[in-house]
Amino acid sequence: MQKLLLLGDEAIAQGGIDAGMSGIYAYPGTPSTEITEYVMHSKEAKALNIKASWGANEKTAMETALGMSYAGKRAMVCMKHVGLNVAADAFVNSAITGANGGLIVVAADDPSMHSSQNEQDSRFFGKFALMPILEPGNQQEAYDMVHFGFELSEKFRIPVLMRITTRLAHSRSGVARRENRPQNSLKLPENLKQFILLPANARRQYKALLANQPAFIASSESSPFNFLIDHADKRLGIIACGLAYNYLIENFENHEVPHPVLRIGQYPAPHKLIENLYDQCDSILVLEDGYPMLEELLRGLLNRGKTIKGRLDGTIPRDGELNPNIVAVALGLADTRGRDIPALVTGRPPSLCKGCPHIYSYNALNEALSEFYKGRVFSDIGCYTLGALEPFDAINSCVDMGASITMAKGAADAGLLPAVAVIGDSTFTHSGMTGLLDAVNDHSSITVVILDNATTGMTGGQDSAAVGKIEDICEALGVQKEHIRIINPLQKYHEENLAIMKEEIAFEGVSVIIPRRECIQTVTRRMREAKKLQSTEKVEA
Amino acid sequence: MKKDIILAGVGGQGILSIAATIGTAALNAGLHLKQAEVHGMSQRGGDVQSNLRISDREIASDLIPFGKADMIISVEPMESLRYLPMLSPEGWLVTNTKPYINIRNYPEMEKLMAEIQLQPRHIALDADEIARQLGSPKSANMVILGAASPFLGIDYQQLKDAISRIFSKKGEEVVKVNLDALQAGRDEAIRQKAPADNS
Ligand SMILES: Cc1ncc(C[n+]2csc(CCOP(=O)(O)OP(=O)(O)O)c2C)c(N)n1
Ligand code: SF4
Repeated sequence: MQKLLLLGDEAIAQGGIDAGMSGIYAYPGTPSTEITEYVMHSKEAKALNIKASWGANEKTAMETALGMSYAGKRAMVCMKHVGLNVAADAFVNSAITGANGGLIVVAADDPSMHSSQNEQDSRFFGKFALMPILEPGNQQEAYDMVHFGFELSEKFRIPVLMRITTRLAHSRSGVARRENRPQNSLKLPENLKQFILLPANARRQYKALLANQPAFIASSESSPFNFLIDHADKRLGIIACGLAYNYLIENFENHEVPHPVLRIGQYPAPHKLIENLYDQCDSILVLEDGYPMLEELLRGLLNRGKTIKGRLDGTIPRDGELNPNIVAVALGLADTRGRDIPALVTGRPPSLCKGCPHIYSYNALNEALSEFYKGRVFSDIGCYTLGALEPFDAINSCVDMGASITMAKGAADAGLLPAVAVIGDSTFTHSGMTGLLDAVNDHSSITVVILDNATTGMTGGQDSAAVGKIEDICEALGVQKEHIRIINPLQKYHEENLAIMKEEIAFEGVSVIIPRRECIQTVTRRMREAKKLQSTEKVEA
Repeated sequence: MKKDIILAGVGGQGILSIAATIGTAALNAGLHLKQAEVHGMSQRGGDVQSNLRISDREIASDLIPFGKADMIISVEPMESLRYLPMLSPEGWLVTNTKPYINIRNYPEMEKLMAEIQLQPRHIALDADEIARQLGSPKSANMVILGAASPFLGIDYQQLKDAISRIFSKKGEEVVKVNLDALQAGRDEAIRQKAPADNS
């Protein structure tokens, strides 16, 4: 078959389609979003009746995938790294219940924080949950590992974590496909108590998980993704995980490294392979595109063995993603960095689109709050976080999805009045609703501005979970109807909007303002699609 | 054969259309390809770049090593300079001179051009103006690609075929406009440098 030119994300999606996956669940998040979008747009996936849907958040997505696995079918769930924090309760416990149909959890990490608030390394989560982890080093491997991962998952009845990083997720390369495998048929777990984590049962299941660890390690020892390449210069041995291997071999003519190299793509760490490398080399360099996980294990607390080089001893910077140059410098090779960036080149930060509804919401809010001292607007994650930058300088926090409402409540409890929360519609349904209920129950004096642009804008305009339902949700959570105000964020309504904001900010209790107007990008996309449809209809007519 | 190319511009300027054209041509020529794209947050008016690697041999890294890029192709002059640490001393800097000003402290044009001229091998052209004169202001990116074409190491005909293929759905007129833009950029580059016949 001809190779397909696919992003790492798309390779995973195509792998799922070809490996008999029956459903894929996700909440959008860079750099993971394109996996689910690919399946949603795939004609093949449609013909195979593969379910693909966005959940309200990563936890609901993870649990839905677990339910599909319970029913015997292969399922995938995808999220960005911080999404795994949200799904963590389900994720960690799914290792104890185990899987029935194959279950792959894809977590896309973002070292260097290209579009994230941290650079946490999801491999730690896999290790914490005692789950096997796969870390592809290229697009082809990402595809192959989906097939392998589903088999591994079904063989050991355990969910498998697949950890990727931004560079793989968003880089294209040729991928060869395999033959299609049919989907599993509906088949309940042999033991209908497998998924009941009552203490007595959970203890038994946990012991079984522990007892399975040697088998997971054995699988890593013989894995096609873990291999030792022998070379003559044993003064140094190199462990290269995932993508780091590519950066390593990039530095050598014909990709031939003079030192022995252990390439790792499957965890738990293959002990024997590591021991083999360690024993034959004078010192070890560990290359990991993330936190120094293996490096820390190899050094141990006392670091009394052979010299271990990596992020912890300063051979490699402690933070940020790897690249071929960092690896070159770590190996003592020349730094090939070219001319410096001329001093006149200035930063060009992203900005809200022209005409974006958020612009007018912030203009009104800033003016409504101008009589108070600054520092009382708690915000959240989305396009509207750009309200932190010039010319708005309108918000004072952005921590994790949903934190705006709860932090405003805490600050109001502390006496910061008025306290305002600014949150997007998708973020509100992701993690804001529960916080609003807390505020209502506690009669907190906060004003919550829910920016309803009818989409998940930041990640490219995916469906938002509660389009047209935000005010009903607020009312059902107990916000007084007369303090739920819907406004139209346009310049021509500025005075009206300003008056409403002032009124609700003055109200002592929970009030909600919903500026409602569709995202410019999704409007444009809809119009373009409508035009296309019209012209094809014309041609057909 | 190996060409490592940095594509640069501002979010929304469509640098990926250049990447797609080179990519299609490279694949048709039977070459290996890796292309690291930018998605997500940086797309709205911020700086964007893409690493495009083509080679007749297996490619290891998705990222081009510093100082090893054979070419920077930029649709915006200030952005062309942002990636200088990536460019090899013998590399080509091919850039549009039409600034995209969405920030307050955009540098003075003269100083910007002086920095561009410091790169021994460079082509600087007002692609927007050339495209406008051709009556197709939207095809400025193809003018830039045309200006880069003498140094790409890909047969010019392959590039033209790629454009025909990519734009064929939009009709013959669109194909022709883009081919004309490509040729105009190429002519301008040859006029500026009259390079050795390495295409
Ligand atoms: C736990 C978690 N999941 C996903 C993301 C990625 N993400 C950032 S903002 C956002 C959605 C924002 O949508 P919305 O709240 O509607 O605001 P908009 O961007 O449309 O203004 C998402 C999915 C994240 N940062 N954290
Ligand atoms: S994508 Fe939509 S919500 Fe985001 S800045 Fe643009 S118009 Fe605003």
